[in-house]
Amino acid sequence: MLRVNLLLLAVLVACGLSLVTSRHQARTLFVELEREQTKARGYEIEFGQLQLEQSTWAMPARVEKIAREQLKMTLPLPGRVEMVPGGGAR
Amino acid sequence: MRVCASPSAVAVKRGAPAPFALPRFRSPLIFGLFVLLFGLLAGRALYLQWIDNAFLQEQGSSRYSREIEVPAHRGRIVDRAGEPLAISTPVKSIWAFPAKIEATPSQLAELARLLETSPRALAKKLDEGDFVYLAKQVPPEIANRIAALRIKGINDQNEYRRFYPGGETMSHIVGFTGDHDVGQEGMELAQQEWLGGRPGSRRVIINRRGDAVEDVEAIRAPQAGRDLALAIDTRLQYLAFRELKAAIDANKAKAGGLVILDVHSGEILALANLPTYNPNARNRVARESMRNRALTDVFEPGSTLKPFTIAAALQSGRVRPDTVIQTAPGSLTIGPNTIHDAHPNGALTVEQVIQKSSNVGAAKIALGLPPEVMWEVLSDAGFGAPPKTGFPGEVGGRLRPAKGWKPIDQATMSYGHGISVNLVQLARAYTVFATGGELKPVTLFKVSGPVSGRPVLRLETALAVRRMLEMAVQPGGTAPKAQVPGYRVAGKTGTAHKLEGRGYTNRFVSSFVGFAPASNPRLVIAVMIDEPTAGSHYGGDVAAPVFSTVTGAALRMLGVPTDSPVDNMILPPAGGEIGEET
Repeated sequence: MLRVNLLLLAVLVACGLSLVTSRHQARTLFVELEREQTKARGYEIEFGQLQLEQSTWAMPARVEKIAREQLKMTLPLPGRVEMVPGGGAR
Repeated sequence: MRVCASPSAVAVKRGAPAPFALPRFRSPLIFGLFVLLFGLLAGRALYLQWIDNAFLQEQGSSRYSREIEVPAHRGRIVDRAGEPLAISTPVKSIWAFPAKIEATPSQLAELARLLETSPRALAKKLDEGDFVYLAKQVPPEIANRIAALRIKGINDQNEYRRFYPGGETMSHIVGFTGDHDVGQEGMELAQQEWLGGRPGSRRVIINRRGDAVEDVEAIRAPQAGRDLALAIDTRLQYLAFRELKAAIDANKAKAGGLVILDVHSGEILALANLPTYNPNARNRVARESMRNRALTDVFEPGSTLKPFTIAAALQSGRVRPDTVIQTAPGSLTIGPNTIHDAHPNGALTVEQVIQKSSNVGAAKIALGLPPEVMWEVLSDAGFGAPPKTGFPGEVGGRLRPAKGWKPIDQATMSYGHGISVNLVQLARAYTVFATGGELKPVTLFKVSGPVSGRPVLRLETALAVRRMLEMAVQPGGTAPKAQVPGYRVAGKTGTAHKLEGRGYTNRFVSSFVGFAPASNPRLVIAVMIDEPTAGSHYGGDVAAPVFSTVTGAALRMLGVPTDSPVDNMILPPAGGEIGEET
């Protein structure tokens, strides 16, 4: 009888300890998850800001200004355009 | 002591061994009281445990758990290629309780530097009241550095700010949001439900330091705003905007609009309006320039409506393209009114009536039609009803019921007076000729694949009118300046006197509506210039060149194959007269 009780006690202690460890593990993992999620949100925000920056740099008005003024580009005259039939045109 | 004749004294005398004998009822009484009190405590405990447990539960959980907000941002608005047109990005606002501020002078100096102001200006601001905003919508990096100063009494709060990379070229369609990220104009307003995110919240267990350590429950799932894809093509929009602006400056006009429609899908690929405003900096912007004129304002279209009169006549079988109409002497009197042609012509075929844009010819053809027949074609082409683009505040113009038409009404309506339209409606109506008889529904949203329209005209009628519209842009027509090198185009000019109060003024609305390539139309482009005052006011001089530039560039951008040699443009000699209508 005593042996059974001792065995049960040992099992109980083991269960208790494993509960504590798993609980602790769960919390550690949760904290990590939380941190990663915050990071993900941060990246999402940064992505938005970069998109914004990219589209600001790529504004047609700005591109055209640079092309005309710095690179001295002009639109081709109609006579200088050669149309390639078929090809990539949809 | 001598008067000690109490019962207890008597009992002592009797020799009983209990010198402090208690009354018999006393112990049951005490016992009963204790039982009662324990009972009360037990009852209270049970009551708190099972019945009135909300308060204590809340108090308990507030000591180890906390409800935190899960942010949800507003959806982006993108163009058809996914280029962003409106993006929300988090910012912070810095506010202070001046009375509670405890800071060293060096901290305040640092704060002033971060806020890009002088220490003196900052001190003045902090004198202003109980609660002041030190800075609104600052970038998060700066806000974090301010928070790192750890000045008591200075706090920040999270907010979103909406940015519009398209700026003034896109503002009329996209609109903008006001406080709290709620749409106020344009698509931001119309699609608030779709775009707006709803922040969620959840309950977590916190540790001693206040960090979340475990999820308990999600109270409300956050609902992120959805992205909205518009039909607009950023490149075409910029092109349209640039050319419209150039034309308005060159013609010293008051306002203008330009619409590009995709013939197959009915999508609005570009919609430019002037005057405009910058949605990123809209302090002191006049309400005037916020109006999306192409959708919310109507005008009398003038001759751009003639093709519909002719279409009605052809459809009913009363005339054929080569039927001859006598337009001499260039005027027609109906009751007390007289209709004039700007340039009198003689006998014209129906084709030539469109090509030369003869008012008298159009009126004569219209008068040969029952009003109902003409009304039906105009109504089927979408006049008199809002175009249902999904834009807030769009109008439908005015098309009076045929019953009330007098002959003079019918005659003036044949060349676009006494009827009002908006620019998008007019562009949409031309899809009837561009598709071969079908009216396409217009939309501001991106759609995939072709959209079926509503049949309005028979194929041969639509093709006949298309041929006349092609003649109108060739030499001998009213708009040779609308020609595009490499592409066949078709279209019609319009020059209408502006209606003010009860009568017509000598100010004009010049317009051009056309489509290209004429062999297999891909785009419908409508241009409207309001009150050109530099020289000519004719649609063929003012609006047609804009159509030509925009069409050529747009077709090349979309990679549409040419359907004509590049030396197809034959312009009349410089200074030559362009036959025009009123």
